[in-house]
Amino acid sequence: MSQTTLAPPPQAARIQAGGRPRRRRPSRLHLLLVPLSVVMLAPLIWMVLLSISTQAETRRFPPGLPGGVHWQNYLDAWHEGPFGHWLLNSTIVSVTCVVGNLVFCALAGYAFARIPFFGSRVLFIAVLATLMVPFQIVMLPTLIVVRDLHLTDTLGALIAPNLATPFGVFLMRQFFTTVPRELEEAARIDGAGRLRTLLSIMLPLMGPTLATLSVLTFLNVWNDFLWPLIAIQSPGNMTIQMGLQNFQGSHLTNWPELMAATVTSQVPVLVLFVLAQRFFVRSIASSGFK
Amino acid sequence: MVLIAVFGLVPVVWSLLLSFQQTDLTSAGTWSGAANYQQMVHDPVFWQAARQTLLYCVLFVPITMALAVPIAVLLNQKVRGMTFYRMAVFAPLVTSTVATGVIFSWLFNPQIGLVNAGLDKLGLPQQGFFQSTGEALPAVVAMTVWGWLGFAVIIYLSALQNVPRELMEAAELDGCGRVKAFRKVELPLLAPASSFLLVWLTINALQLFDEVYVTTKGGPLHASTVLVYYLYQQAFVNFNGGYAAAIGCALFVVILIVTAIQLWLGRRTSHYEAG
Repeated sequence: MSQTTLAPPPQAARIQAGGRPRRRRPSRLHLLLVPLSVVMLAPLIWMVLLSISTQAETRRFPPGLPGGVHWQNYLDAWHEGPFGHWLLNSTIVSVTCVVGNLVFCALAGYAFARIPFFGSRVLFIAVLATLMVPFQIVMLPTLIVVRDLHLTDTLGALIAPNLATPFGVFLMRQFFTTVPRELEEAARIDGAGRLRTLLSIMLPLMGPTLATLSVLTFLNVWNDFLWPLIAIQSPGNMTIQMGLQNFQGSHLTNWPELMAATVTSQVPVLVLFVLAQRFFVRSIASSGFK
Repeated sequence: MVLIAVFGLVPVVWSLLLSFQQTDLTSAGTWSGAANYQQMVHDPVFWQAARQTLLYCVLFVPITMALAVPIAVLLNQKVRGMTFYRMAVFAPLVTSTVATGVIFSWLFNPQIGLVNAGLDKLGLPQQGFFQSTGEALPAVVAMTVWGWLGFAVIIYLSALQNVPRELMEAAELDGCGRVKAFRKVELPLLAPASSFLLVWLTINALQLFDEVYVTTKGGPLHASTVLVYYLYQQAFVNFNGGYAAAIGCALFVVILIVTAIQLWLGRRTSHYEAG
């Protein structure tokens, strides 16, 4: 302590010499950051701009700003495709998968981390192995399984394969291995069984990990395209992504309506993202390395 | 656990079995030995798809990583409004692949798209993008780099934030400039992040499908047909389930090899990786 008061670090000296704190001055970094943001946001901004233009405005070259706001496009798109229905389907599928992952992956992860059972190591390695297998390889047999379960072309076909994921089990197991054993031993001495320990000791600690799992599962299922594409045929059971693609096929040149539909499909995730940006980032950063 | 076994592990073996059959996936197949693999070896479109997948990876992965490092450094600074800047870079990450495809099919539209308008302003010739055999694949690369950049930046950013502040301060006290300090201290510490990204981006690049399906449908003239798109076409357009499974198994082998090579390289190059 005394040393720092005697010789202030060079950083502090510079701030004092400058007369005012450094952070007040607008940084030159903005010159790089602003163009970067513009480039990254341009596609999304134009998506919104096109969605409020008239058809004639979208055919101009070079493209310019819309003359007025035509909300009509949203109504037209909503009438021409069952978007409400597709959004509902996506919500049902995503939420069910999130809940399924939370329950099953937490239980399986706990078992792998804490309950020594015959073949647990081998089984865990098997789970890890499936993590390495790309979806396209398992897609065809999964389709046959779904067919044999008589789930083809139902929302069940979209839910069942995603109810528990190897990634989720891995994430939860990693979490449980970081919890001190003493906590559980204390609970056991107090007479709590395994499930009781899990619910009253572990659950309060699991918050951030469960939230990470929820965010990633939701994002994956909501944005999934390939699996709904091959598992669903009837428009009534399509998810929003698939519905949007379907809509694109029939509205190839009607850009305003197509973009209005695209905006509609993205609003739920974008709102969620803006509200919980820090959280999204932490989820990806932590799961990428864990 | 049963669910994972049923939907994860069993299908891998099943896929392998399927690849030795002729089947349309709706009825029971018949055994045909290695016929599918023989067909694959002699199929020019398969080899074209394989070459294009490789080309796509070679373009997509390095471009994404090279752009992500400076952006991550930039987003790691203490500047007012950083929350907004970060949000701008991460927003494409949550945009679905279908929406990305729709948006870029307008941006890259030869007649009315924004990119051609920009080229026009600069006095450069108009391009065909998705409608040109030479440019379809590069256009797909540009689109997917936009979509994935945020992911790579997040990984680098979290690696940068783990660099102890004392290290950088020590480097600056030792007379390193900011740039030199970055090169000598931070860059080597990014090695584990880089090797992770190399594996992860390559694996995902090998599985490219959605964006191609939404924008080019593999065309024109197979110019943007990648392996997974070809697999899809064989299974669900031509109803060659067995052949599609064979393509899938070939892809799986490639992914395993890539992972093994990169893990091995990663172990050799990253001195700083803590256990």
